[in-house]
Amino acid sequence: MPNLDNIPNLDFMSKLPDLSFISSGSNYIIVIMCVIYAFSSFTVFLPSSRKRQVKRMDRQELFVFIFHFICYGVLLLQTKEFVVIPLYLAQALFFKMLIFIYQHVYPECSRIMMNHMCFLLLISFVMLTRLSMEKAIKQFVIVVVASLVALIIPVFVEKAYWLKKLRWFYGLAGLLLLSTVFIIGTTKNGSTNWISLGSFAFQPSEFVKISYVFFIAAMLERAESFKQILYTAIFCAGHVIVLILERDLGGALLYFVVFVFMCYVSTGRLIYLFGGVGAGAVAGRLAYQFFGHVRTRFTAWINPWPYIDEQGYQITQSLFAIGTGGWFGLGLAHGRPGDIPVVESDFIFSAITEEFGVFFAICLILIYLSLFLHFITIATDSVDRFYKLLAYGFSMTFIFQVFLSVGGVIKFIPSTGVTLPLISYGGSSVVSTLIIFAIMQGIFVLTYRIDDQEEGEAYVERPAEAADPRYQPQKPAR
Amino acid sequence: MSKDQQKLQIPDINRKNRPGDSSDASLGPDPEVRPAPATAKKETLFTPKKGRRLRVNRYIFFTCLLTFVCFGCLIGYLVKFTVVDSPGLIVNPYNKRNSQLDSRNIRGQINSADGMILAYTDVDEDGNEDRVYEKGELFSHVLGYCSDEHGKSGLEAACNFSLLTSHQSIISQMKNDLKGKKSNGDSVVTTLDYRLQSAAYNALEEYLGDSGKGTIVAIEPKTGKVRAMVSMPDFDPNEIDDYWASFHEEDRSGDASPLMNRALSGLYPPGSTYKLLTALEYMNENPAGYKNFTYDCQGETIVNSVKIHCYKEKAHGEENLTEAFANSCNTAFVNLAAKFDKKKFAALNKRFLFNQQIDFDLLVSKSHFHLNADSPDSDLPQTVIGQGDTLMTPFHNALIMCAIANGGSLMKPQLVDHIVSYGGDEDQRTVSTTKAKSLGRLTSGPNAATLQKMLRKVVTDGTGTALDNEDYQVAGKTGSAENSKDKAHSWFVGYSGGDDPDLVVCVLIENVGTGSAYAAPAARQVFDCYYENDMKAVYNPN
Repeated sequence: MPNLDNIPNLDFMSKLPDLSFISSGSNYIIVIMCVIYAFSSFTVFLPSSRKRQVKRMDRQELFVFIFHFICYGVLLLQTKEFVVIPLYLAQALFFKMLIFIYQHVYPECSRIMMNHMCFLLLISFVMLTRLSMEKAIKQFVIVVVASLVALIIPVFVEKAYWLKKLRWFYGLAGLLLLSTVFIIGTTKNGSTNWISLGSFAFQPSEFVKISYVFFIAAMLERAESFKQILYTAIFCAGHVIVLILERDLGGALLYFVVFVFMCYVSTGRLIYLFGGVGAGAVAGRLAYQFFGHVRTRFTAWINPWPYIDEQGYQITQSLFAIGTGGWFGLGLAHGRPGDIPVVESDFIFSAITEEFGVFFAICLILIYLSLFLHFITIATDSVDRFYKLLAYGFSMTFIFQVFLSVGGVIKFIPSTGVTLPLISYGGSSVVSTLIIFAIMQGIFVLTYRIDDQEEGEAYVERPAEAADPRYQPQKPAR
Repeated sequence: MSKDQQKLQIPDINRKNRPGDSSDASLGPDPEVRPAPATAKKETLFTPKKGRRLRVNRYIFFTCLLTFVCFGCLIGYLVKFTVVDSPGLIVNPYNKRNSQLDSRNIRGQINSADGMILAYTDVDEDGNEDRVYEKGELFSHVLGYCSDEHGKSGLEAACNFSLLTSHQSIISQMKNDLKGKKSNGDSVVTTLDYRLQSAAYNALEEYLGDSGKGTIVAIEPKTGKVRAMVSMPDFDPNEIDDYWASFHEEDRSGDASPLMNRALSGLYPPGSTYKLLTALEYMNENPAGYKNFTYDCQGETIVNSVKIHCYKEKAHGEENLTEAFANSCNTAFVNLAAKFDKKKFAALNKRFLFNQQIDFDLLVSKSHFHLNADSPDSDLPQTVIGQGDTLMTPFHNALIMCAIANGGSLMKPQLVDHIVSYGGDEDQRTVSTTKAKSLGRLTSGPNAATLQKMLRKVVTDGTGTALDNEDYQVAGKTGSAENSKDKAHSWFVGYSGGDDPDLVVCVLIENVGTGSAYAAPAARQVFDCYYENDMKAVYNPN
């Protein structure tokens, strides 16, 4: 901790020479640390002793807090604003506390998930503080409230086995909540997918995402006949159509893809995968024909340069940001991310790449992938089919959202206006992702608790097999 | 990946018999679905797999693999973008980060090929920066200007990113940071030669005439390096902000437009210099017969119902192709071109970069050629002698001569020789060097050799005798392009050095008179400078 916090005014800062080299030097440290972190986020999946796993987890946690400390140090030097210090202290304290609480309330919770969640949220806070102090504080408050409330969710998941009986409730409630937008909705950034109640605005599609996955998992849990799949498909199509009408294309695509994948996994019929891709292609073609905003997005993707002043402005500014940043970035607070419209939500990945560099950005993608892999192992290890599908649905939702967001800002795919989970500014987005994480923690605890019991039994019954490491289910560290 | 696979599949083996893992096990307690087996027998492509055949974890693993492949492509694309695409993209003027670079680094120098400093940034004690152009008007258009108020032009704009990027050693950059000083941007070393540029400037000034407008370009045909580029009227880039308003006052400048680089942006009828391409088309269409071509010039002729006469209606008498070219005989050329295949002719012009964007460090206007397969025959006579609607930039004309001098293949023109980091001789290192690059073959070697002989004849026996001398060998073509004003534009385009070409010079002076009287002697001064200073030993050693 720097002893700057007990100095009342920071006038002396202006007398200091320009310390920009500190931020350029710190960038290399940050990149190296992030590379090690990303590497370790995959090595934790390798079999190893519990002691080594715990050591890895501790090191990851340390890296997260060092990263946070360096970034806020640089921000303090650059902005010379006093408010950075209490904000830093509050964040560091809160996350330390959150990890502590989780470890005591749920001693069997996944530490991998906790570390990654904290890292992504702290990257978000650093970037938002750099972009807009006001938004950073607002986001921080939302995250504090949401993650404290989400603490009860794992208990709920564990106890409430009847959750899967409410299948039609999820479908209807989701559809209704999505449709309320037509009555009391407001338009933001070209999409009518916001509900404002007084000064409080939220995006229902972010929350319906959760009930939607619950719906599909509950419906397909005991999928027996084609008829049942058809009913599920009709309800899902309803969700997708409402989203298209709201002009939320990214959301519609996300919902559609999640359905197709869950359908394939629960039936084992590749036809649903291919049929889904085919139907998606046809729908995309039709959307191009009938919706002006789809055409705009598409032309901006194919070649934005002739329209650099109009529809291509956002994507070209994003590409400038990424390109100018280069491998090691321009340094925190040294770029011009403000040139990109809606940089703090949909295009925050460009801002991160501009200031921390492409190496860091690739590491960030790898961290998302390792989280996805962790989710997938929970799904495969889960014994109950409902929880299995639920975990799988959430992992696909999560990773596909990352794909849409990152792919859109680097012009790999057309921009769809999807937020980057946990990093983008936006209350609805971060709250819904925190809820998903809490549910995953619940499933994790549940899955591996059953595991422990069975392992004990297995040990008694089949000692030879249990001793064989090949039959040992690999448990992520806790 | 195989490790993951192994890992993900293990639970499958392990839990085969566990309750709830396969669908029929979970069906157990639910009586509603019991009647299903009747329909379940009719298994179609759409009905879910059941029992042991439903291996959910395997499907999950498969989609997981699919996701990893997608993300592999995504990361690959990002890497490719950073390595391949972004260096070309980020220099775009819409990228405002470029203008921010000057808050980190001091704009670098621009030097000439012979070691003169042409432009540098002077920093006073208070840190105020001032761009200084040592040679004033001499390099005005090609270097351009750099002004906070009025933007940038010429090389200052084209090399903006390099000039503002520092490749000083990390240690000295860190030292500068500690002292609160900016680092120095890289220096651009141009291909321009100060002596040749001065010679071209003086020659143009001497032969400029009343219009006060003209341009001279000198290019090395073997490498494409531009050694001189002068345009008049000109301006002093040091005082661009003071004079900006007056440049745009109509009464003072009118159509003079001193900011315009006439070599690259001026579009002129090529006049008789165009006969080079007419002769080449004739050779292509009559590969056997062109050597036997003869024509008896009476000073005037009617072809395709268009009346054409020679300069001052002079009758040249009996002449072959080479003589007609040397005499710049209009009547002979309109007759030999009367039956041109217009489709092939248009293709030839396209190959010689008409209506094409020329790839160069600075922006070059597109030259215009209007004929196509459907054009009327009556358009041919004017076009083949370089009148009509054809318009071209002097730079383009010089490039055509480069291709002919170089045996038919054209080298990409270049202005930047190399870029070096700031510092003394010890610290300095080369950041990048422009490599000579061919833009392709425009005509065959034998055709180019024939045209070279014809061009040589122009200097020894024709309209270009002003350039005939003992010290070096010149070949070229003059032109007097008629236009809306009473006096013709005076053209000369040619090269020196014979089979081992040294330098191509293209001169254009607006509304002054014939090519032989103005442009040719101006070009001679540039060639003289090249050989008097023995530049051949430096630039084109054998």
